[in-house]
Amino acid sequence: MEEFEPARPAAADASSRRGFFQAGILGLGAAIAAALGLPALAYLLTPPKSRQPDAWIEIGDLDKLATGAPLEVAFRRIRTDAWKVVIEKDTAWVVKRADGGVTAFGPQCTHLGCAYHWDDGRQQFLCPCHSSLFRIDGSVISGPAPRPLDRYETKVENGRLMLGRLRTSIERQA
Amino acid sequence: MKRQVESLVAWLEDRTGLPGAVAHFLDEKIPASGGWHQVFGSVAMFLFLTQAFTGILLAFNYAPTPGEAYNSLRYILTEVTGGRLIRGLHHWGASMMIVIVVLHMAQVFVFGAYKKPRETTWLLGVVLLLLTLTYGLTGYLLPWDNRAYWGTVVATKIAASAPLAGPYMTRLLGAAKGVGVVTFARFYAVHVLLLPPATLLLILAHVYLVRRHGVTPQPGDEALPRKPFYPAQVFKDTAAIFIAFAILFTLAVAAKVPLEQLADPTDTTYIPRPEWYFLFLFQTLKFFEGPLEIVGSTILPGLAVLALLAVPFVDRGQMVKVTRRTVAIGFVVLAGIGWGGLTAAAVLSTPREAVAQVDYSAPTDWIQLSPEEMAGIAYFRGENCVGCHSAGASMGPDLTRTAVHKDAAWMIRHFKQPAAVRPGSAMPPVALGDAQLNSLAAFLLKLTPENSSALADAPDFAVRGAVVYQTGHCAACHMVNGVGMKVGPPLNGLAKRQTRSWVDDHFANPQKLSPASIMPPYQFSAEDKKNLMAYLFSLPE
Repeated sequence: MEEFEPARPAAADASSRRGFFQAGILGLGAAIAAALGLPALAYLLTPPKSRQPDAWIEIGDLDKLATGAPLEVAFRRIRTDAWKVVIEKDTAWVVKRADGGVTAFGPQCTHLGCAYHWDDGRQQFLCPCHSSLFRIDGSVISGPAPRPLDRYETKVENGRLMLGRLRTSIERQA
Repeated sequence: MKRQVESLVAWLEDRTGLPGAVAHFLDEKIPASGGWHQVFGSVAMFLFLTQAFTGILLAFNYAPTPGEAYNSLRYILTEVTGGRLIRGLHHWGASMMIVIVVLHMAQVFVFGAYKKPRETTWLLGVVLLLLTLTYGLTGYLLPWDNRAYWGTVVATKIAASAPLAGPYMTRLLGAAKGVGVVTFARFYAVHVLLLPPATLLLILAHVYLVRRHGVTPQPGDEALPRKPFYPAQVFKDTAAIFIAFAILFTLAVAAKVPLEQLADPTDTTYIPRPEWYFLFLFQTLKFFEGPLEIVGSTILPGLAVLALLAVPFVDRGQMVKVTRRTVAIGFVVLAGIGWGGLTAAAVLSTPREAVAQVDYSAPTDWIQLSPEEMAGIAYFRGENCVGCHSAGASMGPDLTRTAVHKDAAWMIRHFKQPAAVRPGSAMPPVALGDAQLNSLAAFLLKLTPENSSALADAPDFAVRGAVVYQTGHCAACHMVNGVGMKVGPPLNGLAKRQTRSWVDDHFANPQKLSPASIMPPYQFSAEDKKNLMAYLFSLPE
């Protein structure tokens, strides 16, 4: 029977078989690498979806705050750290503004994270580490601090002050 | 471009010799009879590497201590992108690995490829099989759920019953005072620190021996020219690897890997079952009772391993064609039938779950809802609200986001006459009673983007049980998740306090079991009672 088969050079036949095998090895290998690699990248690089809504923490009576006099308040917050729920102490500098509203600043200097304090004499927030100075509205007067003080989200319910997430000035604008 | 590649290869060859080594490896000549039956070893090696890869990924989000282990695995499954897939690949990869390693061994056995001079290749293979089983045994504990804990309790008790070595085995496994933190640490260390490098070294030695002796020829091969390993055989290996991987990937996507509740050492009702590939051992154990138990637990398995090791030293005859190796084929068939029979018997004797179980591998936001809100999910599903109000559907608004802006009274008016409250609404009126509409509104008020998984994930038994709870007015006396009255005891944590049969009897005649109770007797249909009990027993503490 063999003599009736269409004449094809044996070398070309072998080389096309070889080409098919090589393409198959590469193609199947690439498919497996993609099916493993892409989920792995998503697994490592995309942020996990949080199942915890941001909780509001009750700080206290708004009436007890004096207008224009920053007060450092301490509170406990429940924070979800991946699979761990931690209860930790946190603080905020709370200022009752002249318009009746409230601003609550995060307790760390925006330069390198030192704890700053309110200087009653100068009427400014002063960071002892590198002498950053902030106005009562959180804006930078002088020093190395790169941005205004971070603020908590605030809301008032039945005269009680509630704090939400801490946001930087950049996040607030976004 | 081609020139640059060539010069890079030449540079690498000069500095490292790597391209030459690879070429030498691929250039191996194999017997003319080589082919598809010889792909299993490559598939096994591929699966080992995949297990290492997915295992490392899991370790990136896993805390290896009891309790934390469970929570971090829940985090991987419910919060991390692709976490379910990665865990699915690792779980099913373990099973695939056992299947492929056994197929590899059966092929070598049937073909007589263990004969002189390949005895040591076979011995290393047997050790690799044992390592594979040890991965399965130690990995089983790492999720630290009830299944893991109780399965390991049985495994360590079996090790403790071994003659002479028993007490030492127990101490080695850190299980002298029962399965605990030390056991966990040891199993974890064996699984991720000891086994992987050991496996890698043994695989290297195994492959080295395969290369040293060459792929086993069949009688008749000596008259034929040998053929190159690359590319024909490499293609066959790759195709087989691809098929195995396709099956593995499909399993990981489509088949659920269960996660049960956190391990509870005080649970007296849990019936442990080993992983499917250990079921035959589990069944063997049942044939031996009392002092004979060690025959089934250690002596028979020990003899089986010795028999495997002895194979190349017992069968020392000349190499013959595979079709004439009837005794070997008979052995494999008999072993297959025995294994299959024992496994089938074990599966058939497994009691069917009397009550539905909660799947903790999915989000369980629903567990925090009140019974009234849970019943709302039942009505939401029953009225097919999801047809228009799912996140992707465009007909109605996405209720996870809009519900919070409306109050219950608005919603109930809207349910009754949708177009009257919202002109132009195409929504048909919801034909339910007032109590049911209240329930539906209560659930929708509670719905947020964060807990929206409750809508899809709340198990059917739980929402149906909640409907029974609501129509039976149980909340008039009992509290669940902080909602309801406190005339009777709160029902959270019921599973810890009472057995199912006690609760069953208590429904029929409360005063018989608690004389001071003012609870009336309840006659539920069998279906209602099953759902209500399953729901109540799934409540958190």
